[in-house]
Amino acid sequence: MDDLETKYKVKRFSRYKSQIGLVIMTASIFVLFMITSPEVFLRGRIYQSFLSTVPFIGFMALGLTFVLAMGEIDLSFPSVMALSGFIFTITFQTTNSVILALICSILSGVIVGFINGTLVTSIGIPSIVVTLGMQFLIRGFSNIISNGLARTVAVDKTISYKIFVGKLGPIPAQSIWFIGITIFFYFLLFRHKFGEHVLFIGDNQETARMMGVKVKRVKIIVFILMGVMASLAGILSCYRMRTWWPTMGEGYMMMTMAAAFVGGTSMAGGEASIFGTFLASFLIGSLEAGIVAAGLSGFWTRFICGLLIIISVTVHILVKRKK
Amino acid sequence: MDKLVEMKNIYKSYEGVVALKGIDFKIGFNEVVGILGDNGAGKSTLIKIISGVHCFDAGEMYIKGVRINPKKYSVKAAHSMGIETVYQEKALADKQTLWRNIFLGRQITNKLGFLNIKKEKEETDKIMHDVMGFRGVGVDVDSVIKTLSGGEKQGVAISRAMYFEADLVILDEPTMALSLQEVKKVLKFIQAVKDKGKSCVYISHNIANVYPVSDRFVAIDRGKVVGSYNHKDLSLEELGEELIKYTKLSTQINQAERIL
Repeated sequence: MDDLETKYKVKRFSRYKSQIGLVIMTASIFVLFMITSPEVFLRGRIYQSFLSTVPFIGFMALGLTFVLAMGEIDLSFPSVMALSGFIFTITFQTTNSVILALICSILSGVIVGFINGTLVTSIGIPSIVVTLGMQFLIRGFSNIISNGLARTVAVDKTISYKIFVGKLGPIPAQSIWFIGITIFFYFLLFRHKFGEHVLFIGDNQETARMMGVKVKRVKIIVFILMGVMASLAGILSCYRMRTWWPTMGEGYMMMTMAAAFVGGTSMAGGEASIFGTFLASFLIGSLEAGIVAAGLSGFWTRFICGLLIIISVTVHILVKRKK
Repeated sequence: MDKLVEMKNIYKSYEGVVALKGIDFKIGFNEVVGILGDNGAGKSTLIKIISGVHCFDAGEMYIKGVRINPKKYSVKAAHSMGIETVYQEKALADKQTLWRNIFLGRQITNKLGFLNIKKEKEETDKIMHDVMGFRGVGVDVDSVIKTLSGGEKQGVAISRAMYFEADLVILDEPTMALSLQEVKKVLKFIQAVKDKGKSCVYISHNIANVYPVSDRFVAIDRGKVVGSYNHKDLSLEELGEELIKYTKLSTQINQAERIL
């Protein structure tokens, strides 16, 4: 009996191996930053700054984790971020109502997600093609309706400003939202019927269907979820910068995907890590600052980011194969 | 209500191809029925209609005497009427754990839909010991499906069907790609289903494997029932000869159609 118990313990440990690897990798990179630029990385300010910028990558990376777990992909989120941000700005400017602006903005994310999901499930267009098309379409659409001009949003006088991007002591509110949503998403994916259906669809769509999972419906809901997370990132960006700009979201595409992949979610579907996405968002989101602070040129950021993606995905796959 | 499932003149077509052309098919209570036929004969379509994956276009279907509305019939509805299906290769999802696979589609949850993982694992453990007869070596409730052998996978899928108290267990190629030892295990499961007073329908290419546990055989060819035989009326060899007749006939008709 003892033997069996030890065996199960070993098994349980091996299940978290790739997560432990990620924690070690993140910790060592931060230690490296501390060694190369102690004046920056041994002080609290830089971490405060990460807490205020990383959640934007994080929100979308969490949504993308669900999409990837389901075996699909979404490339439209950077544009959705811009569209939702614009709708928030324009609604707030015209009505002065935060609630109405929030509703309209999130609704735009819901609609884009619904269109993505419907085209994928009903027509059968691969999600990479649908969402690539939507990425261009929505970017174009928001440029057309905004005339390509940036707008300011005077939301900093409202209570909602404090709720969304204010500060709780030294901690930016958006990072608390990020932690809250991460915990919620963890329970949704691994402890809820819905998340289980997402994982089974990603693993084997036919099995899921045969066991009575409503594949189409679940897929559409996940694309909507992604749309809403991108909307949220757009709204909070408008809050934080008090400005909407037409290229909003453009830099986030690769960073968001990198966060999901480095975190251990595979493109093959059926497997995902919410904790990994959370941690990797901080890792990816802090690379540029760390590299620049170390005295290297900004060009190194992409190089090192690419290296990290390849190393971590290789490690995740090798660990799984060993299991 | 003398039949568990009764199908009358069932038609089904996919994108212009007629898969079933007026099938009449019955399954009695406590009966094991084998469906035999060539590839593309319509066997899979037939069982997918019974298990609620596809709806039929025309005809009548009764389950336990209740007439089925094809528009409203679904996998969930089939489950609630006591019909469980085990699909070859597709029964379980490879990267998920055993306990998740057992309860997929019928999770034990609270009102908000959150899983009662502890209860699901406990029940899975019970199923493994009481129904499957796994004796704790190497396989536990947290095992990922891809680490199981082919026979173990079939065992899990059939045990799931038995756990949910199915009145009818449908098996799609239950012995394909299994070793002889594993085939024996699967046959034991089928026998156990029958001993419990339940019914079983299976599709198989290998009639020799499943002949001993069957009560009746139905031969299907090109969307139609072409023969029905009782186990007690003919030996395995005779059954084989009967089927060869149909296969030959079918090949000849195919060739004739091609020429025409």
